[in-house]
Amino acid sequence: MTLPQIFFAYFAVALTGLSLLVVTRRNPVHGVMWMLILFIHVAGLYLFLNAEFLAAIQIIVYAGAILVLYLFVVMLLNLKKIEKERKFQHIWIVGLLVSVAFLTLLIPLLGKFSVYPPPGEYSVERINSEGQIMTVGRVLYTKFLLPFEIASLILLVSIIGAVVLSKRKLN
Amino acid sequence: MFETINMKILLPELILICTGLAVILLDLVLRKKETVAFIGVAGALLSAYYNFSLMSLGWSGAVFQNMFVLDGYSSFFKLIFYISLIITIFISLNYIKTERVSSGEYYSLLLFSASGMMIMAGAADFMVLYLGIELMSLSLYILAGIMRERRTSNEAAIKYFFLGAFSSAFLLFGISLTYGLTGTTSIIEVAEALNRLGPAGRNITLIAVIFFVTAFGFKVALVPFHMWAPDVYEGAPTSVTAFMSTGPKAAAFAVMGRVLFYAFGALQLQWSAIIEPLSIVTIAVGSILALSQTNIKRMLAYSAIAHAGYASIGFLPGTQEAFAAMINYLMIYIIVNLGAFAVVVIMRREGIMGEELSDYSGLAKKNPLVAFLMLIFMFSLTGIPPLAGFIGKFYIFMGAVEAGYTKLVIAAVIFSAVSAFFYLRVVVYMYMKEAAEPSVLIVPHSVKLVLAFTSIMAILLGIFPSVLLDFARASLLG
Amino acid sequence: MSGNYIPSHYLPVISILAFSVLVGLGALIAGLLVRPRRPYEQKLAPYESGNLPVGEPRYRFSVKFYIVAMLFVVFDVEAVFLYPWAVAYDRLGLFGFVEMMIFIVILLVGYVYAWKKGALTWE
Repeated sequence: MTLPQIFFAYFAVALTGLSLLVVTRRNPVHGVMWMLILFIHVAGLYLFLNAEFLAAIQIIVYAGAILVLYLFVVMLLNLKKIEKERKFQHIWIVGLLVSVAFLTLLIPLLGKFSVYPPPGEYSVERINSEGQIMTVGRVLYTKFLLPFEIASLILLVSIIGAVVLSKRKLN
Repeated sequence: MFETINMKILLPELILICTGLAVILLDLVLRKKETVAFIGVAGALLSAYYNFSLMSLGWSGAVFQNMFVLDGYSSFFKLIFYISLIITIFISLNYIKTERVSSGEYYSLLLFSASGMMIMAGAADFMVLYLGIELMSLSLYILAGIMRERRTSNEAAIKYFFLGAFSSAFLLFGISLTYGLTGTTSIIEVAEALNRLGPAGRNITLIAVIFFVTAFGFKVALVPFHMWAPDVYEGAPTSVTAFMSTGPKAAAFAVMGRVLFYAFGALQLQWSAIIEPLSIVTIAVGSILALSQTNIKRMLAYSAIAHAGYASIGFLPGTQEAFAAMINYLMIYIIVNLGAFAVVVIMRREGIMGEELSDYSGLAKKNPLVAFLMLIFMFSLTGIPPLAGFIGKFYIFMGAVEAGYTKLVIAAVIFSAVSAFFYLRVVVYMYMKEAAEPSVLIVPHSVKLVLAFTSIMAILLGIFPSVLLDFARASLLG
Repeated sequence: MSGNYIPSHYLPVISILAFSVLVGLGALIAGLLVRPRRPYEQKLAPYESGNLPVGEPRYRFSVKFYIVAMLFVVFDVEAVFLYPWAVAYDRLGLFGFVEMMIFIVILLVGYVYAWKKGALTWE
């Protein structure tokens, strides 16, 4: 077991456990707090994939903005009485069966990734020599320009949606 | 540093997007709100004009490193989207005012949703595909819930959003599995990589295909991923339901065809085997559950589910001929469905919701023309000759029988006959029941145009079937 | 060929993280172990400057917080897209400038829309 594998094992176990913690907490604010730890672990996983920019963005945007949005929504919903209710629906056994079926679908994939695609042009050394953010900038705005512009439209639609659905009185 | 990027290819989408941006901004300044709707229609027509002139000039090809294409396949689907968008705008003009929906956001979201659909049809890379799906779906989630005071609208938006986000998760899982196996997200390169992989690698890719089929099954409302459709169709504003049941359904079929035929063509036998039980169960569930509905929007939702099942039979033979029959069917279904929803929209007047079947009682007495047109639409949806719906089903069933799916076609024909019960029940209500207090419907001019267009097409496409089918075949060839 | 990359220059980050977690947890656990535990009703009630607690602590939350948070997310993501563009700007030339301007203009339309609809006023 090499050191990266040990770290990956830790991240894998931690991410799975943390996700379970997020969805099983009775108090939704507790769930959101566990989600924060989850995001930090995901950022750590990105670091091991040599994606430092993505790790930083994960913390800034996910843990910084999206988590705060989650918290506002949780507080908005005023879920005090939810804490006293049953945690899971009565048909949780069906959900469990579906999850087990899902797992059996995925188990044959384990270890079958023996066919590796040819390595891409951005190896670790090349990215580190050029600088992480510089590489992202070079690739994102040349090769992936079209997805980038469509993403701007999706952001615009989110702005429209947030205002039209939640403004108390539209002027 | 960059290759010359052939921006002309993106011109139709760019025009539509700029129209959407203009609509948001102009709505803030203009006092007369209908103007933004006409700007929307103008933009859509301009975009359509450019699209078809580009195609006829031979400007088709790929752009942005093969991430986006303009070819016959995407152009045919874009024609469906343009029809869906323009007709929806026309039938929304009065409906929006009655429901007091904010018009700027409504029309711009329709335009952005249509742009998303066009990006989906022209996507040649999984990332652009996913972003197009998200753009279309996000606009639709908001549109479904845009009548904020109505609880059913909120419910529709929440259900659609949850299940749509869930299906996006499945889609992303499929894309990431495919990327892990082939090292690329470009659809053509995935097909090449699959040819290089041995049979073991291809079997693993089948799992990714299952994820794709699940995700697209959600969007198209195939059984067992259909649960959201009745509630969402019932709760959303009727014009939005008209849009949702036509354009996005066609768009989902477009991406399904693109991914299954172009990317995973090597696995055609396997995914045909997966889709076969799905389509027959979809037809069955859609037809049977529609029998007990009293709300016409719910009934049309189950009918949409059943029609998605009929259309997906076109995937099974795996040939271009069958796929041409499928897109032919989609075009016919969408035109007729828009006509039916146009009638449902004008049933909504001040004080009367007009969504229950009983509201249609005695419609023939005071509004004979509207009732007759609804009869045409219901007959076409059932598949009664000589209307267009029959032709659509005929070609699809023929293609399936030629490929050996005889039992499936027999079952589909039986369910087609079963569906006559609930379609013709509307006709019975209109012609043979007595109305409580028959009132004359106000049909706005825009809806008159829509009804004329859709009913004439329903009749013409039934009498001259080969026109559309040849156009479909030609589009698929390039 | 599994990945064998270790981000070794992030070692200080993880050591600070671990140290702060240990110090925080350690202080809490030490307190938990050492302090006496003699609760009674008045001590457990929420503190309200000596008055008796009356009414539910949760009040009707205003939706304007949600709008602010939502707009923050969107413009934060916009800023995130601006970082790598700014770093790689000299390599991208005029084309890069134009494409980023398109991006900003699209979001500017959203900003003007939110502004005119009153989403930015805090009443």
